[in-house]
Amino acid sequence: MKFSRFYRSAAIASVAAIALAACSSDDGGDSADANGGGGETTASGNLIGGGASSQEAAMTAWTSGITEVHPDLTVQYDPVGSGAGREGFIAGQYTFAGSDSAMDADEQEQACGAANAFHVPSYISPVAVAFNLEGIDTLNMNPDTIAKVFAGEISSWDDEEIAEQNPDADLPATDITVVHRSDESGTTENFTDYLNGAAGDSWEWEAADAFPEELTGESAQQTSGVVSLTSDTDGAITYADASQIGDLSTVAVGVGEDYVEYSSDAAAAAVETAEEDTESEGARVLDRSTEEEGVYPIVMISYHIFCDEYDDENMVEQVKAFGNYVISEDGQAAAEESAGSAPISDTIRDEATERIEAISVAG
Amino acid sequence: MTSTSPRTKNTARTTSAVGDKVFFGLSWTGGAIILVVLAFVAAFLLIRSLPAIMPETFGPGADEAIDFWSYVWPLMAGTVIVSVIALLLATPIAIGISLFISHYAPRRFANPIGYLIDLLAAIPSVVYGAWGMLVLAPAMVPIYHWLHNNLGFIPLFAGDPNVTNTGRTLMTSGVVLAVMVLPIITALCREIFLQTPHLQQEAALGLGATRWEMIKMTVFPFARAGVISSIMLALGRALGETMAVTMVLSAGGFSWSLVTSGANATIPSEIALNFPEAFGQRQAELIAAGLMLFVITLVVNVIARAIVNSHAKKAEGLS
Amino acid sequence: MSSQIRSRANSKPQGSQQDPDGRKKPEDMTPQTHQKSRLDSLTAHRKPTWTWMAAAAGSAILSLLITLVAFESFSVIGFGVIAGVLFVGSMYVVSRVLEDRLKATDELWRHLVWTSFIVALIPLISVIWSVVSQGLPTLISNPGLLTADMAGVAGADDIATQNEGASLQGGILHGLVGTIMITLMASVISIPVGLFASIYLTEYGNRNAFSRGIRFFVDVMTGIPSIVAGLFAFAGMTLIVELTIGSSPQALQSVKTGFTAAIALSVLMIPVVVRSTEEMLQVVADELREASYALGVRKWRTIMKVVLPTAMSGIASGVTLAIARVAGETAPILVTAGYVAMTNWNPFSEWMTALPVFIYRQLINPTAPAAGDPSTARAWAGALVLIVIVMGLNLAARAIAKYFAPKTGK
Repeated sequence: MKFSRFYRSAAIASVAAIALAACSSDDGGDSADANGGGGETTASGNLIGGGASSQEAAMTAWTSGITEVHPDLTVQYDPVGSGAGREGFIAGQYTFAGSDSAMDADEQEQACGAANAFHVPSYISPVAVAFNLEGIDTLNMNPDTIAKVFAGEISSWDDEEIAEQNPDADLPATDITVVHRSDESGTTENFTDYLNGAAGDSWEWEAADAFPEELTGESAQQTSGVVSLTSDTDGAITYADASQIGDLSTVAVGVGEDYVEYSSDAAAAAVETAEEDTESEGARVLDRSTEEEGVYPIVMISYHIFCDEYDDENMVEQVKAFGNYVISEDGQAAAEESAGSAPISDTIRDEATERIEAISVAG
Repeated sequence: MTSTSPRTKNTARTTSAVGDKVFFGLSWTGGAIILVVLAFVAAFLLIRSLPAIMPETFGPGADEAIDFWSYVWPLMAGTVIVSVIALLLATPIAIGISLFISHYAPRRFANPIGYLIDLLAAIPSVVYGAWGMLVLAPAMVPIYHWLHNNLGFIPLFAGDPNVTNTGRTLMTSGVVLAVMVLPIITALCREIFLQTPHLQQEAALGLGATRWEMIKMTVFPFARAGVISSIMLALGRALGETMAVTMVLSAGGFSWSLVTSGANATIPSEIALNFPEAFGQRQAELIAAGLMLFVITLVVNVIARAIVNSHAKKAEGLS
Repeated sequence: MSSQIRSRANSKPQGSQQDPDGRKKPEDMTPQTHQKSRLDSLTAHRKPTWTWMAAAAGSAILSLLITLVAFESFSVIGFGVIAGVLFVGSMYVVSRVLEDRLKATDELWRHLVWTSFIVALIPLISVIWSVVSQGLPTLISNPGLLTADMAGVAGADDIATQNEGASLQGGILHGLVGTIMITLMASVISIPVGLFASIYLTEYGNRNAFSRGIRFFVDVMTGIPSIVAGLFAFAGMTLIVELTIGSSPQALQSVKTGFTAAIALSVLMIPVVVRSTEEMLQVVADELREASYALGVRKWRTIMKVVLPTAMSGIASGVTLAIARVAGETAPILVTAGYVAMTNWNPFSEWMTALPVFIYRQLINPTAPAAGDPSTARAWAGALVLIVIVMGLNLAARAIAKYFAPKTGK
């Protein structure tokens, strides 16, 4: 059933794509609007969404950027958190939701009434393993070592296991202070999922929004909190959205035989090679233990969740205009510039465009 | 003589007046609104937390839910401890300042000083959080190390597994809370101290009492109920304070030690930290934790009321 | 009778200092007044006036030594604590030896009272300094912050500000308007309700079941976690909207308004107003009421003209505390009024941003994650403005209290 709908929407989308191209050529001078800016300017009014605060900076860029394409459309986004966002979306308070994790089967059943919900991976952010150690700019660590450091098994920076992987580094005998997020977050979920998937032998905990309670360590609220605490503490190590780590040094993560530094391309590559989630339409399951070259596996995907049918025609217009703008090259560039996220690849964009264009009025 | 004696009802039999009826109606309505709204809040809390407290009946079943009580008791303990620290620190200082303003400070300084202390109440808790995190916590580190090195045999300063290097401990949170509740106790105590009947004070001084004896004999007995009430109000603030604790404390599991970071947590900050990402059953757990905060507040207030009432009875008996 | 009213109402500190017999003089703080004491019997056993200076200097030096030995490094807090204890202790001993026990005790408590005042000043100055030093420069160099909102400001602007020295974009106007509207509405709801309820508690139903019920719930509600108040207000308004307008998405999306936030804040404010007001009304002397009744004044006139004015200064303090308590709230406003970049003057429709929400979000989630300084600057400027607003309210409350307070003829 899923498949048939997919083909149907694909067919509609290809028609829509042609229509779009036609529209954007009508715009004449506005060449920036080349890729799915949602040519029609009929979208107007207030589009209300809410959810993940990880997207807040990108969302600020999108909400101000979209007024250039759709002057009459205002988008309001409530950074209440993924869970609250999904709940509001299900209850009908939000027309779309932003979420760091895909909806589970239960939630999908409740959402959108008779229609279905789908995910668009619109915000991709590499999660950096960042540390503060005087005189050292980068270190190589394989997944096992990272897991042992965060589990407290390796407690000093001059531990043999770290030294082995970094023969050139002059490691001090400073104690390692692990800093983790005190709030439940998609970043923690991604990081623990990575440790669980890539270093299962050294990391006994399941992926979860909260850092394992058994592990005592310093904690702080939100990305800005852990980053400032790490910056203030010599010998501290943390995980954080790469766009916010400032001057902290970063770990090059072991992938297969190599060590990969985080970068937009390496993060986008991870999403590109990820498998589709069979349970949640549009969502991706990252392969954490990938050995593929140039792939940075600690990546957070934050989704926008839409319904494929809305009761109100105006709402459909709004959602399409917004959805298309966000995944357009313009939208992704705006987010990259403002929020430091990694732009999505063309494959993902095409797939998402199909789904967004297939949104229709219920009835 | 004593103000806490019940108002004598039959002093005002002015029943025929419309003004009286209207005024009584307004007052009664005010009370009724509070009763209704607050009862609704309590009901709302109770209903939303049932799935967590009784998972067999209202939730997803016992095997899918965590054991609520073992989840919530460390949070309750942390909340109570941090509030007790705050009140232990703030109460004597606040009473001292109130006395300073009402009885010690030179007249022309008294009002500006009161205003200055009120200023503390005007500062948003986000700012207290930032201050506690950036200024206070690092300044407390040497003290924690000293306490641990010299008094480490006391569990409170044991520092298990190790003493903090960042100062983000329950003790620091307690100090921040103490600063936050200081103006609450001060503002009310000050007003009540100022209301102490003047004749009594003058009589005490006239009998040759020193100023301290006068305060002990007239001001404190007069103000006791009010002081307890102000402490309760402060306790409410300390128990319910969210943002400051959230920003200052490195939360973790329960520990007796006050000098370890990554230990202990409080209910409001647990809710604030985790509610945004919470969904379904987890939400119920957090709201149920909020309900437990109610229970704590309730118990403490019942005790305080009992103290005030016994004092009032004693005073009645004397007068 | 009126003289009694006056003497009770005029219970200001100056009253006790103006006592005709000059009893106060010997206990006065400054050493000069000790010398002026006119009672020979008191001057006979007096310690020299320079004692306190010697004690202070000695305590400071000793404390410095102890601090350096014990902490192995200088700690301001440790130094202050030890020096204070040493000073108060040594002064007590000196008094005890040179004077008598009563005087020594009196002096000990006077020093403790002064100490508590100084101790309280330290965090006060520290916090205020943090805010002013970080907020004021931004406000002075960018007064436009007060008249601009964040509409159209994106991270790219902040990156330009931080890296290329462009002027600071955006502002706090939307938060300013939001906070004023929401706090005002919350006050309009909770102050009358709270005042009348406390009047009921103290003047009408002192110990009946109804007032016991109110007291019970007010007590319990003083510790309500603020987010719960927000969730409650949101759920309540959603229910009302569903029952009256319907459950279409448009109707549901109209629930989040400044008014809903004001209701959430009222739930937090009312208990504070009731508890502090009730306490202030309780200490109004019964003799005042009885005197008024004896003159044939009706009960409601008595309450309005005698009881409330006498307690007014305390009530104003309590109300200010209540406003200050909610003016800094973050979480309940986020879930009830949303978070927008545009200025909205209408609390009954559309989202509203409150200043604390804006401050908090700018601090923890900067507009440009890679260039957080402009966001931090806006946050501190906002914090400073917020404090000024609450202080303004405090001043206003005091002015009102002074206007209504009984004239004392000083």
